[in-house]
Amino acid sequence: MVKINFRDTAVHYGAEPGGGAPTKIKITFVDSHGQSRTVEDEVGSTVMETARRNDIPEIAAECGGACACATCHVYIDGAWSEKTGKASQMEEDMLDFAFDVQPNSRLCCQITVRPELDGLIVKTPSQQG
Amino acid sequence: MSHPNAAEINTDVVIIGAGPAGLFTVFELGLLDIKAHIIDILPRAGGQCSELYPEKPIYDIPGLPMVTGQGLTDNLMQQIEPFGPTFHFNEMVETLTSMGTEQAPAFRLTTDAGKIFNAKVVIVAAGGGSFQPKKPPIPEIDRYEGKSVFYAVRQMEDFRDKDVVIVGGGDSALDWTLNLEPIAKSLTLVHRRDAFRAAPHSVSAMQELVANGKIAFKLGQITQVEGEEGQLSAAMLKTNDGAIEKLSCQRLMPFFGLTMKLGPVADWGLNLNENLVPVDTEKFETSHSGIFAVGDINSYPGKLKLILSGFHEGALAAQKAHRYIYPEKKLLFQYTTSSTNLQKKLGVS
Repeated sequence: MVKINFRDTAVHYGAEPGGGAPTKIKITFVDSHGQSRTVEDEVGSTVMETARRNDIPEIAAECGGACACATCHVYIDGAWSEKTGKASQMEEDMLDFAFDVQPNSRLCCQITVRPELDGLIVKTPSQQG
Repeated sequence: MSHPNAAEINTDVVIIGAGPAGLFTVFELGLLDIKAHIIDILPRAGGQCSELYPEKPIYDIPGLPMVTGQGLTDNLMQQIEPFGPTFHFNEMVETLTSMGTEQAPAFRLTTDAGKIFNAKVVIVAAGGGSFQPKKPPIPEIDRYEGKSVFYAVRQMEDFRDKDVVIVGGGDSALDWTLNLEPIAKSLTLVHRRDAFRAAPHSVSAMQELVANGKIAFKLGQITQVEGEEGQLSAAMLKTNDGAIEKLSCQRLMPFFGLTMKLGPVADWGLNLNENLVPVDTEKFETSHSGIFAVGDINSYPGKLKLILSGFHEGALAAQKAHRYIYPEKKLLFQYTTSSTNLQKKLGVS
């Protein structure tokens, strides 16, 4: 069996031949008490997976990323909403099952970590499930 | 649903949880002539497969390159049909009491619907725990639960001539809006947006009631409740523009879907490790002889939370269960491909 550990794979910061985009970015999670945690992780997975891999609290992700439970609800900070984009119809429907939904609410299993999200700040709600 | 006078049910095995692990365990037990009753809090079989991702493809079931959550459930139900398991849906096992000895275990289980089971073996296949209604973050809402705040309707009469507030935009919220409107004194539906995931015909029926002034629809969320001794008198609506409106009401029903909670499993005296039940990897038996745990709820070194692991675990648990249930019989290992005995049980011989 091949075991892939994303954290063990090679790291590049735009230094690939031909000037590739960074493969690692930083994301800051601010919990409901205001405590901030910044993690560095690979592009390509989702914000939810990044949170779980880095033991970020207040993200339950009960369904494991199937957009079926609304327990990875986050608030996108400020202007980052433009870069993360809007929720799909399916995600918007699922947000009905989250609490205290705001215009900047997203389910973070539906946000793919991309180079342009380097520096992203999201806030987590006090209650997911 | 209550069965206070129901006779006690005597069976070989009670399986708690009708997800894939619990269902396939019925098959493995059935090949060994062991009868099972299955109890699940959901109204149907399939557990997370049918509740969380019925339409999503699963790619790692051996021999099935792609199957949906519902497809797998349907296949398993077909596979265990020859063994005639008895299902008890919409029920949660509340108590599990040991009545036997280490060599001859026996258990008594009671459910929240008042049923009593006597079994020689219990197999916990409860996955991530039981699916329970999500409780909104309204301060002190627990004081009102079961008295004036409800997450399900047990008796419609509780709502007669009451001012009712229903929160949500899914099928449960809309169905109960339509069903309770004729008997409630007034009904207000609260939802965060003017779009609904519920079935379109329910949505149009609801909109017609709003247009005819039979019910009220308000955009926003309930942030606080008021009342005394568990009896609601008002709910505070925070509208989407931030204003607060006081809704006079005696009943509140929030519908925010389901979440998985470990629930009563924690009260059964089993060793627990981070909300999981440790088992050995030979028999998948817990710290208590005669109680097994299979599927996502168990833990052991190297555990993978995959459906296929649950299948393997159920097969091995069934072998040991046979020794408790038929202590005098020698268990002969047989293949379904060649054993006419097994094929007879499967109804294919």
